Amino acid sequence: MSEATIIKDAICSFCGCLCDDIIVEVEGGKVQRARHACPLGSSKIMGHGRIESPMIRKDGELVESSFQEAYDRSAQILLQANKPLMYGWASTSCEAAEKGILLAEEVGAVIDSTATVCHGPSVIGIEEKGLPGATLGQVKNRADTIIFWGCNPAEAHPRHFRRYSSNSIGRFTPQGREGRKIIVVDVRATRTSRNADKFVRIDPGCDYEVISALRMLVAGKGDILPERVGGVLKADLAELAAMLKAARFGALFFGLGLTHSRGRYKNIDNALSLVAELNQHTKFVVLPMRGHYNVGGIGQTLAWSSGYPMSVDFTRGMPYFNPGETAACDLLARKDTDAALIIAADAASNFPRATAEALANIPVIQIDPYENPTTLLSDVVIPCAIAGVEVEGTAYRMDGLALRLRKMVDSSLPSDEEILMGILQSVRKQRQMMANEGA
Amino acid sequence: MIIRGGIVYDPSNGIFGEEMDLFIDRGKMVEEARGEEIDASGLLVMPGGVDAHAHIAGKKVNTGRIMRPDDSRLGTEPRNGVCRPSTGYTVPNCYAMGYRYARMGYTTAFEAATPILEARHTHEELQEIPIIDKGALTLFGNNWQVMECVRDKDLSKLAAYVAWGLRSARGYGVKIVNPGGGESWGFGTNVKSVNDPVPNFDVTPAEIIRGLAQANELLHLPHSIHLHFNNLGKPGNYTTAIETLDLLKDIKPSRMRQVVHVAHMQFSAYGGTGWRDFESKAPVIADYFNSHNHATMDMGQLLFGSATTMTADAPLEYGNARLTHNKWSNHDIELEESSGVVPMIYSRKMLVNAVQWAVGLELALLVDDPWKVLMTTDHPNGSPFVNYPEVVTLLMSKPKRDAEMASMHEQLQKRTGLGEIQRELDWADIAIMTRAAPARILGLPDKGHLGPGADADITIYNLKPEELDTSQDHSLVKKAISTAMYTIKGGVVVSKDGKILCTPPGRAFWVDAAVPQADTDRLMPDLQEKFAKYYSIQLSNYAVQDAYLPHANVIRAGLSIEPLQEVA
Repeated sequence: MSEATIIKDAICSFCGCLCDDIIVEVEGGKVQRARHACPLGSSKIMGHGRIESPMIRKDGELVESSFQEAYDRSAQILLQANKPLMYGWASTSCEAAEKGILLAEEVGAVIDSTATVCHGPSVIGIEEKGLPGATLGQVKNRADTIIFWGCNPAEAHPRHFRRYSSNSIGRFTPQGREGRKIIVVDVRATRTSRNADKFVRIDPGCDYEVISALRMLVAGKGDILPERVGGVLKADLAELAAMLKAARFGALFFGLGLTHSRGRYKNIDNALSLVAELNQHTKFVVLPMRGHYNVGGIGQTLAWSSGYPMSVDFTRGMPYFNPGETAACDLLARKDTDAALIIAADAASNFPRATAEALANIPVIQIDPYENPTTLLSDVVIPCAIAGVEVEGTAYRMDGLALRLRKMVDSSLPSDEEILMGILQSVRKQRQMMANEGA
Repeated sequence: MIIRGGIVYDPSNGIFGEEMDLFIDRGKMVEEARGEEIDASGLLVMPGGVDAHAHIAGKKVNTGRIMRPDDSRLGTEPRNGVCRPSTGYTVPNCYAMGYRYARMGYTTAFEAATPILEARHTHEELQEIPIIDKGALTLFGNNWQVMECVRDKDLSKLAAYVAWGLRSARGYGVKIVNPGGGESWGFGTNVKSVNDPVPNFDVTPAEIIRGLAQANELLHLPHSIHLHFNNLGKPGNYTTAIETLDLLKDIKPSRMRQVVHVAHMQFSAYGGTGWRDFESKAPVIADYFNSHNHATMDMGQLLFGSATTMTADAPLEYGNARLTHNKWSNHDIELEESSGVVPMIYSRKMLVNAVQWAVGLELALLVDDPWKVLMTTDHPNGSPFVNYPEVVTLLMSKPKRDAEMASMHEQLQKRTGLGEIQRELDWADIAIMTRAAPARILGLPDKGHLGPGADADITIYNLKPEELDTSQDHSLVKKAISTAMYTIKGGVVVSKDGKILCTPPGRAFWVDAAVPQADTDRLMPDLQEKFAKYYSIQLSNYAVQDAYLPHANVIRAGLSIEPLQEVA
């Protein structure tokens, strides 16, 4: 096994770009090198500190256990809870998500993804207005005008520029960056704005007003605008609107700066409306910059299984969806959940403080390859093989394209799928025992 | 298993309402068998329903679900010991699709439009749909490689690409949607006729359609090309329909079937110069089908109420969104297609919608040969598939049609001749249009009939055809065919009186067509260049892996093998 093997066209399972041109060198059962990957992806593929054994909290301390003991304890927690929350799913495969949805149905849980703290408002915006989008290759081949709004791909999606957007070269974009106009809208200068032909710096929390102003300018109603909107001079906005209308093919990429600033889903609703209206003048598409590599996939999987892409409540036996009521943070803020299973996400680090505190006060099951702040408040910790490195599976790129993740190296640990099935089997067994005792 | 005493309609085998016993062994129809008996005395028995055109899986269906939580709230059913939960009306979740088809007596359904690049997603959803057998048609009409082969008049390379594309997509047949229009939409325009050149590619829609039809026949594919016309949905588009059909009349079919199947003909049989003088041209289209034998169609019937329009015809969806001011999703697929989704409500008081409703019925009633017309609603574009019983009863009952028309816009009688049509279809016609003909048109020899060797997919309806007057008692008919008394799939009772008893996984059909290695060798450099320069993924990550078809049924076709057994 010590002979070096090369895996070509491997898929990086770090961010929503899902770069699929990685050349991985494996030797001695370990990844030695991940060529073409960015530093973020490379660090994921190369691996770092892992949880080595399942653990169950006893008398306040996490104590090593067998996998079966961990499954049984997890099943017990889920069965004893009235309204368990199963949260995360952004960094595992759709196959694992399918097993998770089945488990959520059987125990009557609420299932939610990390979208709730990133692009959840985008989903609600799409429910209002629809999503006029495209695959990333369409942008690469055609876009001559690209806006990055409230996102910083230079640091968060490092290969986005070269592979898909500003600097990519395609059939109708042979000059690459030279032939394109790049616009960045943000509240501060970033490494992304340094790449811009036009940087529009807006006042924090004023995205909605600025988009509205652009819509008026695009519709030829700029004369009633005030001289300054959201900290931007009207003349600047007029120039920007003219650039958008002059595009042959325009693309708007947006990030958390738009979804999680004041206005939230209304910002997205407004941005989607702007793009739809620009199509009366030219061709324009819009794409959310999804963060975790498969946060799109859990949304797709939930949608085809339950009809809804996030925040699905199975406690009534049938899917129920009402963001504001059934999202993870809503439940925790109201203390309306009495147990949680956190998988492939770090809730403790990313949730608002009050909700993270609520999490600390209920039994928590963690399934993750890595120790993180969520581990500290977990009652059961189950380490898994890493999807996309140690396990095959499906992931959806930020544009909704499904790709099959490759397995690069072996792992002695079970996959997320196997763990979830282990818990589900234990749930079924304990239910059967309870039924027998009842009889 | 033995089914005793049913009144059997099995048109492929020349059986039209004969009382007979049916025998099943190991999932197939046989001459003689033993075992469990089902008493079907006097009841209507048909092969399991086959839906040759519905949008049931893939990116645009899921986009419909995601943008329409309002729709997912309809039709909700909790999970039980057998079934996963159901949601949705026009865009049901995967489980509801399987259960609802099965309850209605359908056992096979084909997804109508999948881009190769996104076929993996389609198969993820198809494998989640329980019970029914399925397949997916693959989109080729706006594909760069196709257009370049057509431009270069390189038919053998085109055939090699079609075979490669079907294999990559694990696809069943060649779907063409608004050829050239999807590519034009890449820069926000559309083609306006079959002779309108496609920007940047130096081909016309007419050339694309003919090229793909020739390649389809060269490959002996089980299904013909499956065509969504240019100008679909527009007033006056019946001329485009006739012009397009004329392009194909000299092409010789490689099997005993049509050369072209026209998708949802209803949306392409309109007269008028605009919405104000919009009218039915169904009689002209029906005359064409009556006097030519190279084409078949499915109705694409429109019914009133909620629908979700979804199609690879992206400029059409943009038009729908502009027209209705409704929410709009669009999805361009690099090098291959474009697509869109727009929710819709059809109203009987809206004259245009009422005319559309009439056009679908006129087509089915005016085409003499039921083997040429499939009953569909282009689910969920015209209406969701659960409303097929409404369409069937409209076709079988003139009084029902008259009653419906009386509640519609008063101008309707002037825009359609439907009110004058006396024809009422009978059970033989219905069995052909929902079973025998879709199986023959798709090229599925083991489906749509009950002869020895056929798949034991059978529907028993709680209805006595010899006692029921389908013209007068249409509401009883509708009730009976909405919920089959028994649906048998592969020899197993999957649904009884609307209750799902078990949920075996259905099989996925796809076509593997062989081509000479020399043609593939000429093709591959083109593809390698496209992936190196234009696609956003690597060639090696493109094709659908077998992991996504756990119950695959591969049908062989192609140039280098003997022609397959011809369909009955």
